[in-house]
Amino acid sequence: MFNDISQTIIYISLFFSLYFEVFLLITYFEKRPLLRQESIQQDLARFPTVTVIVPCFNEETTIPKTIFSLLRLDYPKDKLDIIIVDDGSVDGTLRALHRFKNNSRVRVYSKPNGGKHTALNYGLQYVESELVGCLDADSFVEPGTLKTILKYFNDSETMAVTPAVRVYKPRTVIELIQKVEYTWGIFYRKMLHFLGAIFVTPGPFTIYRTEVFRKIGDYRHAHLTEDLELALRMQTNRLKIVNAHNAYVHTVVPKTLRSLYKQRLRWTYGFLNNSLDYKFLIFNKRYGNIGFYVLPMAIISIFSSILLLLILTSTNIARAYDGLIKFITVGPDLGFSFDWFFVHTSPSLFLTVFSVGLIVSILVLARRMTEGRFHFSLDLFYFLFLYGLIVPFWISHALFNTVFSRKTTWR
Amino acid sequence: MQTIDWKKYIFVLFITAAIFFTAISFSTYLSNKRVEEIRSVQEQISLDILSSEVQTALLEQFSCKDVSGTALSRELGALGEKLSFAEESRNADDPEVLTLKKTYSLLEIKDYLLMNRVREKCGTQNVFIVYFYGKDCDECRRQGLVLTKLREDYPELRVYSFDYNLDVAAIATLVSINKIENTLPALLIDENVYYDFQSIENIEEIIPQLKVWKEQKEKEKQAIEANVESAPEVNGQQEIAQ
Repeated sequence: MFNDISQTIIYISLFFSLYFEVFLLITYFEKRPLLRQESIQQDLARFPTVTVIVPCFNEETTIPKTIFSLLRLDYPKDKLDIIIVDDGSVDGTLRALHRFKNNSRVRVYSKPNGGKHTALNYGLQYVESELVGCLDADSFVEPGTLKTILKYFNDSETMAVTPAVRVYKPRTVIELIQKVEYTWGIFYRKMLHFLGAIFVTPGPFTIYRTEVFRKIGDYRHAHLTEDLELALRMQTNRLKIVNAHNAYVHTVVPKTLRSLYKQRLRWTYGFLNNSLDYKFLIFNKRYGNIGFYVLPMAIISIFSSILLLLILTSTNIARAYDGLIKFITVGPDLGFSFDWFFVHTSPSLFLTVFSVGLIVSILVLARRMTEGRFHFSLDLFYFLFLYGLIVPFWISHALFNTVFSRKTTWR
Repeated sequence: MQTIDWKKYIFVLFITAAIFFTAISFSTYLSNKRVEEIRSVQEQISLDILSSEVQTALLEQFSCKDVSGTALSRELGALGEKLSFAEESRNADDPEVLTLKKTYSLLEIKDYLLMNRVREKCGTQNVFIVYFYGKDCDECRRQGLVLTKLREDYPELRVYSFDYNLDVAAIATLVSINKIENTLPALLIDENVYYDFQSIENIEEIIPQLKVWKEQKEKEKQAIEANVESAPEVNGQQEIAQ
C-alpha cells in the first residue's frame, strides 16, 4: 500500500519535473536568436532621471561598499539620485552613513524601525525622477549595470526591469551552492522574461517606472517578501516586467546553513502566502504563463519535494535496517561481486537519470549565459548532491507555518 | 503580458509523454531480458539433471568416483538468487516469474532426489538442507541470509529452498511426506525438521560434516601459505574423499 502510493507520487513528480525542464529548454532554443540580439551593446538614446533607494537595517559592514558601487555607476551625475533610508538600525550603520553626509548625491534619512517595506515607502515619497530603483544594502552594482538595464526602457510598455543577481565572492560550501542556484536563477528569470511571467522583482536593483507606484500603490508588508508581492501585483495589473540578463548585481548571501535556512524559510513562507493572496492568477487565462506554468509548477515542486524526501528517507531507513539485520545475522559482507543482472532497471530510475541530465544541461546553458563558457567546478557537484536534500526542510517548515499561520521573522 | 502559446504546452506534453514511454519500454525490455536469462539457465540445468539421471541409471556399471555434480548445486543457488531478485523487481504475481519459480522448485526436487540416490549408492557425504519459507515471515529473511552465507562458505552444501505456499503439487507432497507444519521458517536436515530461526552456529552444530570441511579448508590454506609443493596432492585427496 505504502509502496503503491509512493510509486504514484514518484511518477507524478517525475512527470512534472520533466515537463518543467523540457518547457524551459524549448523556450530557450526557441528564443535564442532574441537572446543574442539583446546581448549586442547599444548606446542609450537619452538619460532619464533615476533615483535609487537603499533601505538598510543593521548593515554597517556592507552599506559603505553598496553606496560606493552606486557612486561609481557609469551615468550622468545630475541624473542619478541616491536615497539611503535607515530603518532604525541599532548597530553602527548610522555611523557608517555619516561619511556620506557631505556628499551632494547621497541623501540619508533615518526613521524608527518598521520593516523593509516601510523604509522603501519612506524613500518613495522623496522620489521625483522618471525611474526609481531599490538596492538592498548587502548588494553591489557594476559600473555598467544601470545603463544595461535602462536600454530595456526604450520599450514604452516596459514598467520594470530586473537584473541578473550573482553571489558576491562565494567561498563556503553553502555560498558555492547558492552560486549555482543563482546562476540557475539568472537563466530561469530570462526564460520567464520571454514567457512574460516574471513573478519576483528582486530587492537588489530592480528599476521601475515611478508611475508604477503612483498607479498600483506602494510596497506592502506582504509576508516579508515585498518584492514578490509587488511583481504579482504588477502582473495582475498587466504591467510589463522584463529581465536584463547581462546587468549584473552582486549580493552577499548567507554563509551558514542556519542563516540560509532562515532566509529561505522567509522566502518560501512569503511565496506560499502571496500565492494564496493571488490565487486567482492560477489557471487564469487572462494572466498568461504565470497562471499556467510558473505558479502551478512552483506549488507542485513545493509539495513533491517534501513527499520525495519523505519517501527517500523511509526507503533508506528500511534499507539501512535490512543491512543491519544482515550484519547481525551473518556478519560483515566482505566478498564483492558484480553482476549486471542485479542492477535495478525500473522506469523511475531511467526517468530520474534523464531528469537530472536535463537539469545539468540547463546548468551548462546557464553558466554559458553568465560566464561566457562552461567549465566544470566543484560547486556544481555540491549543488546537485546537497541542495535537494536541504530544500525540503525549509519548505516543510514554511508549509507548516502557513497552515498554522505562524509568523516568520527576518533574522 | 504575453498570450499563452497552447501549442507549446501540448508539444511539451507530447515530448514528456514520449520520454515516459521510452523509459517504460526500455525498462520492460530489460526486465524481459532478465526473465529470458533465467529461463535459459533453467533449461541448461534441466538438461544437466537429465544427464545426471541417465548417469545414475548407469551407476551400476560405473564407479562412484565418476559421479560429478557439485557444480550443479552452485548454479541452482545462483539461479535462486536471480529469481528472487526478479520477483522483487517485477510484480510478485507476475505469471512469467511465477512459472519460472515453479519450474525452479521442480528442478530442485529432481536434484534432491538424484543426490539422495547417489548418496545411498555411493555413501558420499553430500549434505542437504531443505528449506521452507513463506511470505510475510520476518525470520525467513534472516534464515535466507544465513543459508546464502553457508552456501558461499561451503560450496559442497546443497540448499533447496521452497516457497511453502507455492501452488506446486510436488512441494505439497514433500511437505506431507516429511510432516512439515506451516510454522516458518522450517529446515529439513537428515529427516529432522527444525522450526524457528537457526543461526550459522546452530546449523554447523546440526551438520558435523560442515566442521570437517572447515578444518579441511583451513589445512589447505595453511598448506598454501607454507607454499608446500604438495598442495595439489591435498586437493586430489579431497576429491577422492568425496
